[in-house]
Amino acid sequence: MLRIENLKVNVEGKPILNGVNLHIKAGEIHAIMGPNGSGKSTLASVLAGREGYDVVGGQIRFLNQDILTLAAEERAQLGMFLGFQYPVEIPGVNNTYLMRTAFNAQRKQRSEPEMDAADFLALAREKMAFMQMDDRFLKRSVNEGFSGGEKKRNEVLQMLVLQPKLAILDEIDSGLDIDALKVVSDGINAMRSPDRSILMVTHYQRLLDYVVPDFVHVFSGGLIVKTGGKELAQELEARGYDWLRQGAA
Amino acid sequence: MASNNQEIDKLLKREYTAGFYTEIEVDKAPPGLNEDTIRLISAKKQEPEWLLTWRLQAFRHWLTMKDPTWMNVHYPAIDYRAISYYSAPKRPEDGPQSLEDVDPKLLEVYEKLGIPLHERARLAGVAVDAVFDSVSVATTFRKKLASAGVIFCPMSEAVREYPELIQQYLGSVVPTTDNFYATLNSAVFTDGSFVYVPKGVRCPMELSTYFRINEANTGQFERTLIIADEGSHVSYLEGCTAPMRDENQLHAAVVELVAMEGAQIKYSTVQNWYPGDAEGKGGIYNFVTKRGECRGNRSKISWTQIETGSAITIKYPSVVLTGDDSVGEFYSVATTNNYQQADTGTKMIHLGRNTRSTIVSKGITTGHGSQSYRGLVKIGSAAEGARNYTQCDSLLIGQQCSAHTFPYVEVKNPSAQVEHEATTSKISDDQLFYCRSRGLSAEDAVNMIVSGFCREVFKELPMEFAVEAQKLLAVSLEGAVG
Repeated sequence: MLRIENLKVNVEGKPILNGVNLHIKAGEIHAIMGPNGSGKSTLASVLAGREGYDVVGGQIRFLNQDILTLAAEERAQLGMFLGFQYPVEIPGVNNTYLMRTAFNAQRKQRSEPEMDAADFLALAREKMAFMQMDDRFLKRSVNEGFSGGEKKRNEVLQMLVLQPKLAILDEIDSGLDIDALKVVSDGINAMRSPDRSILMVTHYQRLLDYVVPDFVHVFSGGLIVKTGGKELAQELEARGYDWLRQGAA
Repeated sequence: MASNNQEIDKLLKREYTAGFYTEIEVDKAPPGLNEDTIRLISAKKQEPEWLLTWRLQAFRHWLTMKDPTWMNVHYPAIDYRAISYYSAPKRPEDGPQSLEDVDPKLLEVYEKLGIPLHERARLAGVAVDAVFDSVSVATTFRKKLASAGVIFCPMSEAVREYPELIQQYLGSVVPTTDNFYATLNSAVFTDGSFVYVPKGVRCPMELSTYFRINEANTGQFERTLIIADEGSHVSYLEGCTAPMRDENQLHAAVVELVAMEGAQIKYSTVQNWYPGDAEGKGGIYNFVTKRGECRGNRSKISWTQIETGSAITIKYPSVVLTGDDSVGEFYSVATTNNYQQADTGTKMIHLGRNTRSTIVSKGITTGHGSQSYRGLVKIGSAAEGARNYTQCDSLLIGQQCSAHTFPYVEVKNPSAQVEHEATTSKISDDQLFYCRSRGLSAEDAVNMIVSGFCREVFKELPMEFAVEAQKLLAVSLEGAVG
């Protein structure tokens, strides 16, 4: 599904990612943890194709394709999804409208038939019911006036609607109370499938109790310094990161 | 081809006698403006004596005026002696003979705007069977209006057929002395629309300039007058999304609307005059005076405009709220790209009691464009209970464009309520990336965000216009995201 080899990325001349190696197979759930500033969010942004990052070495292969030359929308159309850490507000653009436009843009690219407004509304409602989101979310502008928890739910809703092959979730759990965390986790778990993979970036063990990962990686100093199973997350919770920290630079 | 031309000639000669066109020997008046030019124009149009006098009075007044320079736009001084003030409607032989003769870039724009194939020939000035179609469509249209008692005809016809109406209302909303360009227009206006809707009549269809088939080359100094008698309703559409070229650079139109007691006029404009090339050269200057008077109690006038063209746009569609309980509305989307400049807005003058006005202005600027919103809300001392709501929003795309706001509020009655909100925003990289990460191209993302920005205004447009307007916005903002 995803193969990252020796990825090196600079931001405004400063090296942030220093040789990341990661291999995710279809059907797997991976978690990345690590101290602030270690480069986790940068990795998520680079994977999704955000501009402003200089890839100075290595490669990224998604579904056996080199994607470094592809624009963000092309990667999305191939089946990549990014759940943002800080979802932005887009006033004036209806939430349902954005989802339907994105949904149909992806279908069109795959030469599949587009869905009309009525059918899409039914689909959206189905997913919203699952996420315990009421009709208000259909009518409001994208993320406008949403609380932090509502924004994260909206990210998961979009993921459920778009059904990506690889979902990258950047701190999907931050700002969520226990109940919201359960609902969001249910949403993520509903995506489990042998041909789908999920990569979660998180600080806290708590999420990983609800969405149990197959692999946990620790990020430090711009690369993965240790990989383990779900027990690694518990060990980190107990011991912190210091025992794993990469030396300066 | 030869036999086609003969058919067309025969048909046109028939139409000449029916009064659609006037037969003329001279094609174009020599450049420059003096009383003889005015007399020539009036004679060519076979106008009654009183109108010639009216024109001459305006002209003499114009000679005492100087062109205004207070607008926030910059352009080289206009040489009024170098302009030709009258030219004949183009003959079919002069235009392109088929779509193959038309500039392919223009055809590309028609394609993007979704203009139906049979329309493209007509718009590009190709003289083919479109002429036949226009004639028969227009005839059916006129029959339907006639049975409702609605008068809709070219101004040049109206001055001959309905002189009492013209004399009573022409210049009653925009006096000949009002401003430099209105005065010039009063002296040399070429043609335009005249509409009269009788008492209690709801006009059975939307009136559109499309149906004025002697459109060719009359855009320079248009004069339009719409009268809605007591209790009547009318919706008028001006312009079209297709880019309109004209060899005449200066356009100074005047539009007057009069709404009597309980009447409603909705005037919608989609303007896409040639904006000049990417360097800003050669575009049209659109200096328009548009004003409506809510003369009767409980009358209503709404202006809705989508302005995407012209090198320079100066217009302030306004409403004078004379009648008690009258309502004025102004909804506008203006875009400026490349080197376009716009100084546009509205004036709402509250005179009667319990009058209401709503202003929603959305300006989108990109490239090296410059846009200014200039609005006046004036509440007279007798205007008890007046209410105004103004929202003017600017959206800037890119680093080289600019947006300015000049709101004027004059309130002389203590019971008035005036609300003004203004926002300035840009499309952030975060918003663009968010949309692209969901699979939308950068262009689609910009269009979607811009449409969301303009939604309130698009809602006010008659439906077909709304669909066209969205496409037009997408085309006019092309290249906004590098």
